[in-house]
Amino acid sequence: MDARESSGSAPAQKATRDMYLPPERKKIADGGTAHISAKEFSVYYGEFEAVKRVSADILSKYVTAIIGPSGCGKSTFLRSINRMNDLIPSCHTTGALLFDGQDVYGKFTDEVLLRKKVGMVFQKPNPFPKSIFDNIAYGPRLHGVNDKKKLMEIVERSLKKAAIWDEVCDRLDKNALGLSGGQQQRLCVARTLAVEPEVLLLDEPTSALDPKATAKIEDLIQELRGSYTIMIVTHNMQQASRVSDSTMFFYEGVLVEHASTAQLFTNPKDPMTEDYITGRFS
Amino acid sequence: MNIGTRKILDRSFTAVGIGSIVVMAVALMIVVVPIITNGIGAVFFTGTVEHRKMLFSEFKRGDSENLSSEVASSDRYRAKVYGMLTGFEAELETMAPEKKAEYKAKYSEVKAALQALLGPFPGDPAPMLTRFKYGQTRWEKAEEKLHDLLYESKWDNSNPDVMAKEYFVSRAIGFQGTSLVKLFPYVKDNMEKLLLPEFTFYWGFITDSSVDSHFFGGIWPEIQGTFFLAVGAMLFAFPLGVVAAVYFTEYARPGFLNSMLRSANSTLAGVPSIVFGMFGLAFFINTLKVSESKSVIAGALTLAIMILPTIIRAAEEAILAVPKTYREASLSLGSTKWNTIATVILPAALPGIITGGIISLGRAAGETAPIIFTAAVSVGSAIGLADVFSSPTPALSWNIYNLASEHEAAAQIRHVQYGMVLALVSIVLMLNLSAIVLRARISKKLKG
Ligand SMILES: Nc1ncnc2c1ncn2[C@@H]1O[C@H](COP(=O)(O)OP(=O)(O)OP(=O)(O)O)[C@@H](O)[C@H]1O
Ligand SMILES: [Mg+2]
Repeated sequence: MDARESSGSAPAQKATRDMYLPPERKKIADGGTAHISAKEFSVYYGEFEAVKRVSADILSKYVTAIIGPSGCGKSTFLRSINRMNDLIPSCHTTGALLFDGQDVYGKFTDEVLLRKKVGMVFQKPNPFPKSIFDNIAYGPRLHGVNDKKKLMEIVERSLKKAAIWDEVCDRLDKNALGLSGGQQQRLCVARTLAVEPEVLLLDEPTSALDPKATAKIEDLIQELRGSYTIMIVTHNMQQASRVSDSTMFFYEGVLVEHASTAQLFTNPKDPMTEDYITGRFS
Repeated sequence: MNIGTRKILDRSFTAVGIGSIVVMAVALMIVVVPIITNGIGAVFFTGTVEHRKMLFSEFKRGDSENLSSEVASSDRYRAKVYGMLTGFEAELETMAPEKKAEYKAKYSEVKAALQALLGPFPGDPAPMLTRFKYGQTRWEKAEEKLHDLLYESKWDNSNPDVMAKEYFVSRAIGFQGTSLVKLFPYVKDNMEKLLLPEFTFYWGFITDSSVDSHFFGGIWPEIQGTFFLAVGAMLFAFPLGVVAAVYFTEYARPGFLNSMLRSANSTLAGVPSIVFGMFGLAFFINTLKVSESKSVIAGALTLAIMILPTIIRAAEEAILAVPKTYREASLSLGSTKWNTIATVILPAALPGIITGGIISLGRAAGETAPIIFTAAVSVGSAIGLADVFSSPTPALSWNIYNLASEHEAAAQIRHVQYGMVLALVSIVLMLNLSAIVLRARISKKLKG
């Protein structure tokens, strides 16, 4: 079977997705354009092709979920969007990945600027060993905000958005490593939001969280949908269907199916997708 | 393995562990306790009136009224001693020539011993060397000199099969029948009146310059020299080492050149320090001509080269130990590589880097060989900061060696040597302690 066939071009996809969108989401869809688009995009670790010739459009201001079995290249694909894979010396890419129409791996692309626009929350919470305040203020400071009052505003706003403000507002000067795992994860979300990126890449943001904290992160995604382009990797089918507008299913580096979430979960085109989402899959 | 054997193995391992710790502790005690007890003796000791005289005239320290009353009181007793001498000299003139010659030789020995004990006789011309201007300043040394006065040392060579044995003959017996025979019991009984021993806390040992190549005074020039050399070495080696470590860990591409550089660095860490000393002389002084001859700057540079590999290694390890996730987090927020290093990696690696730095600082303070040819002199005064580019300096490590082996009167001033050892050990220990405290503080701040 040809997995790549199911990921269509942008207009075609818009049509399918719109069909399955709940009515209140439809109006956003009208302005939907490809924010990120992959064309025959492959990622290699040395000789090993971890992401195989993926072609897809990630629409602006939509939530896209990425699902698939462990080791299928979800993280690799996500990390290649903001070029975090540059840190791995053996890693290289072929094909094209466009962000806002510009080649992410182009010769003249400023990866620092790219990462400012494409924020990422990692699978494992990774706060800096600094105070909570300094963690959130790190990004804004980096990008030239030094005014104390303005920083405080940003910190408060970001923490509130990430639904953690109430828990930490009285200990902003305490070290962030003293927070619980779930709090740390939300802190990392807040830290990413503080930079005001256009795209949010979330790599299994709730895998280490209890149901309550998970619900908070999901609420946050609901809140942010429509203002950010969000990509979320998850192993939780319910989560994917709850929070996302469209879903990508990866299998062994191949994008098997990419469709609107409603369609993919109720009426998958590919039998492999069906096997996976119904749990008949090992 | 069955549970019985396993338990026996566990227990015997515990026993071996405890045993080795005990052995280490005992060895440490054996080394450290004498260092401390002997070293303390340089500062706390029983000093005589001669010590106070010396302090007053060499360092202008002490209460002049008190001192003159003390001197007057001891002089009353000394006058009697000198009276006995003049009496005996008059008696000598009346003796038959051979007898006179025999006594004269013995008498000059007595006079020398007395001079060593009490200082120059009244009316004698002032000696050239400061060490002869005063009698014994320390009570335990005075007692040794008293022994020299009372007994003549002889060697028993009668049995050629064994080593010659020293034995002592009372000098009083030799002067039996003369007026001088009374001198010996008099001096012995009136030692305290003659020298006025008193418990002394000589803090100046730390802050004074030495007088007459360490016969009197303190070790400040050595302490200051050690400080200059060690800190100077750090000023060069620490920034250079951290930059090199950052380069190795963050920028260098793995390859032949890189692995060559790394193994060169490891090899350098194992080179004996005397080799660095020769290198320092050949390179910094003879080739680069950083100074005319020995100087603090040349010594500091040599020490810097010596400790550089250690600092690089420690900093590398510390940087590599920083979790990769910090780097990812920083970069994902749009930070540049350099900014990530400066604001995230280095702060997180700081405890390890500082520990490596301070251990190296201790090593730089303690090494002797690298400074022998490049910076150290055995006697000298404390130098000013402006002189570091041109003048050499005394330093604790080198002066300990010098006092122990090359000083013309090493046995006379053992206490100074012990004092220097204690000072050096304390400095190194304090540096290491501050490393531990600093590390704990920063780690606590990082861990929250
Ligand atoms: N640094 C690396 N070097 C070499 N191979 C790697 C590296 N990182 C990942 N891989 C390989 O690439 C493939 C995809 O890995 P990736 O981390 O993207 O999987 P994933 O879908 O995120 O899995 P999971 O759900 O377990 O997180 C795997 O086969 C993995 O072994
Ligand atoms: Mg993953």
